[in-house]
Amino acid sequence: MNSLLAQEVPLSWYLLLSALLFALGVVGFLIKRNLITVFMSIELMLNAVNLSFVTFAHQWHAVKGQIFVFFVMMVAAAEAAVGLAIIIAVFRARATLAVDRIDLMKL
Amino acid sequence: MNAPLHLWLIPLLPFAGFLLNGILGRRLPKWLVTTVALVAPLAAFCVVLNAAAGFLGFGPSTGSLPYIETCPIPWIDAGVLHVNFSFVLDQLSLVMLLVVTGVGFLIHIYSVGYMNDEEGYARYFSFLNLFLFFMTVLVLAGNALVMFVGWEGVGLASYLLIGFYFNKKSAADAGKKAFIVNRIGDFGFLIGMFLLLANFGTLTFSEIAAKLGMDPGWNGGVVTVIALCLMLGAAGKSAQLPLYIWLPDAMEGPTPVSALIHAATMVTAGVYMIARTHVLFDHSPFALGVVAVIGAATALFAATIALVQTDIKRVLAYSTISQLGYMFLGCGVAAYSAAIFHLVTHAFFKALLFLAAGAVIHAIGGEQDLRKMGGLWKKLPLTFAVTTAGVLAIGGFFPFAGFFSKDAILYAAFLQGPSGKALWFVGLITALLTSFYMFRLWYLAFLGKPHGETEHYHSTPWSMLGPLLVLALLSIGGGWIGMERFGSFLAPSVGAHAAEGGSARLELILSIVAVAVALAGWFVADMLYRQKSARAGQLAAAYPGSYRLLKDKYYVDEFYGAVVVKPLLGISEYFLEWFVDIGVVGGCAWLLAGLANLSGAILQRWQSGNLRSYAAWLAAGAAALLLFVLVPWTTVWPVSLDFILKVAGH
Repeated sequence: MNSLLAQEVPLSWYLLLSALLFALGVVGFLIKRNLITVFMSIELMLNAVNLSFVTFAHQWHAVKGQIFVFFVMMVAAAEAAVGLAIIIAVFRARATLAVDRIDLMKL
Repeated sequence: MNAPLHLWLIPLLPFAGFLLNGILGRRLPKWLVTTVALVAPLAAFCVVLNAAAGFLGFGPSTGSLPYIETCPIPWIDAGVLHVNFSFVLDQLSLVMLLVVTGVGFLIHIYSVGYMNDEEGYARYFSFLNLFLFFMTVLVLAGNALVMFVGWEGVGLASYLLIGFYFNKKSAADAGKKAFIVNRIGDFGFLIGMFLLLANFGTLTFSEIAAKLGMDPGWNGGVVTVIALCLMLGAAGKSAQLPLYIWLPDAMEGPTPVSALIHAATMVTAGVYMIARTHVLFDHSPFALGVVAVIGAATALFAATIALVQTDIKRVLAYSTISQLGYMFLGCGVAAYSAAIFHLVTHAFFKALLFLAAGAVIHAIGGEQDLRKMGGLWKKLPLTFAVTTAGVLAIGGFFPFAGFFSKDAILYAAFLQGPSGKALWFVGLITALLTSFYMFRLWYLAFLGKPHGETEHYHSTPWSMLGPLLVLALLSIGGGWIGMERFGSFLAPSVGAHAAEGGSARLELILSIVAVAVALAGWFVADMLYRQKSARAGQLAAAYPGSYRLLKDKYYVDEFYGAVVVKPLLGISEYFLEWFVDIGVVGGCAWLLAGLANLSGAILQRWQSGNLRSYAAWLAAGAAALLLFVLVPWTTVWPVSLDFILKVAGH
């Protein structure tokens, strides 16, 4: 019996998963009102992209894609540090993390 | 070869006076202001005298006229247009310069006394010097453009001096009126210059004369048009029909200004200009005829208005217009030298009359109404004496100055065929009226019983009496040079007046007629204003219509107000202001501003400051890009278009 487990997972599934994760991230980014959730959605999108990088790297047998993933992760880590610091500062200043109420950027 | 005459000093000296008094006058002591103001015209007068002495054979330099001085730096040098700043001294400009600087200097002296207590003493003298600067530029001009500079400049000085009491609304309005009415004339002058340039390629008077002389084909046509345009300019400056209306109002200025600018010199610039460009008029009998008719009509018209005016300065103003009409008449019958002769004598006696009127006004404390004067001969004997000389001169009594010049014009008109006889007759009637209204003024102001309540008379200072005496002497003796000698002196400049059919006997008869007519005018004035002073009022009451018509100056101001000013104001207000300015121009501006505002208001909504909306737009943009890249539009569009057409077609 040809077990499903024995078969290699097709590449398209990975890509589909990546697209799904990305879409989830986008949707979360757009509809969530909590700043931390929004922030996490961004991370989700980054990781979705990482997944597609790895997928293609595997398909083309190129190591560049995998190296790039490390870069992305590194930048994401730095960004997370900065982002969380901003979030803490915002919370201290305004005692809220509701995105809709942080609207000082308008004229 | 002429020794240098330094003509450029003549205008520049008064200009220096203008600058000094105009800039520093407020800070300088009064005696210094007076000195500067008097030395400038005196020095200019001396330069003129030096030049005159040379050419009349008294001085060391006996060169030949015309003497030309050109600024070494070209003024305008563009394509075919070459204009230099050139001054020309010939017989005509020499005579005119002597009058302008001589009478001008006398009036400067008079002003020292007259303006002594006035505010703006330095300002007054700086403007007066500015006027002399521009007037001498006008007179010395060797081409039409330099003349135009002076022409506009004297207009400016006139505007400034009419509106000297600028706190008074009537004075400020009168200044504006003079300036604006003169614009109409200047428009004619400008068009004339353009036509000169287009047809002759030069603006220099001597070159134009040479070109006209070379080709006998220049007759009528374009020359007539040019001459008529120039005449329009002259009519504006010299207050002829139909542009005379500014001159009576110009009396709002100080009286010495009326004497200098609005009687003796500036208003004669039109006559001077016609004499200067006489070659053009000589080639166009039609233009000459128009000049003569306008002159005669103005002379009569203004004289009738002067009959009933009660303001002493207004009587003199209308009399000036009337006398300028005589000069135009003289020009119009090609008797340019007679016109210039009358210009000179008129400068003497009209300046005298104005200054005497100023002395009267000064003495009785600013009153200008003739009806409130009277009996002044006892209080102001010297002023009375000089006014008598002036009245006799303007009335044309032998042997006063006006007799010779007026007679010369009338004689020249008489010799111009049947139409000339009509002009002569109009001139004669005008002479009658002139004599009448001048004696009316004389009787009302100086004789009879005092009407005013004024008990206190200001004494007339010698600075005012001196010029009056000099001008009185000139008014008496200014004509003794005689038309013959004057005409032959001017002949190289303006051509000799060839009179056909004239004879000494005819001239004598005409002179006797003219004097008789003047005597008749005196007699009528004597009857109405001395013997039975009530009779004038009865006469006015007997003909209320014509009296009102004259009193209200034929309603010309009202007519212009209704026909020109009102529609112009209406067009300006309703069409130009409301429609063009507020509607079109303002509307466009409002439209653009509104558009910007509206788009701003719409686009502003994007900048909500809401993070999630930014994110949404970002996502939408990314989606749009994706769509753009992924969908094969080149195939989609034709297919869908085809589909739409099919749906629409069937």
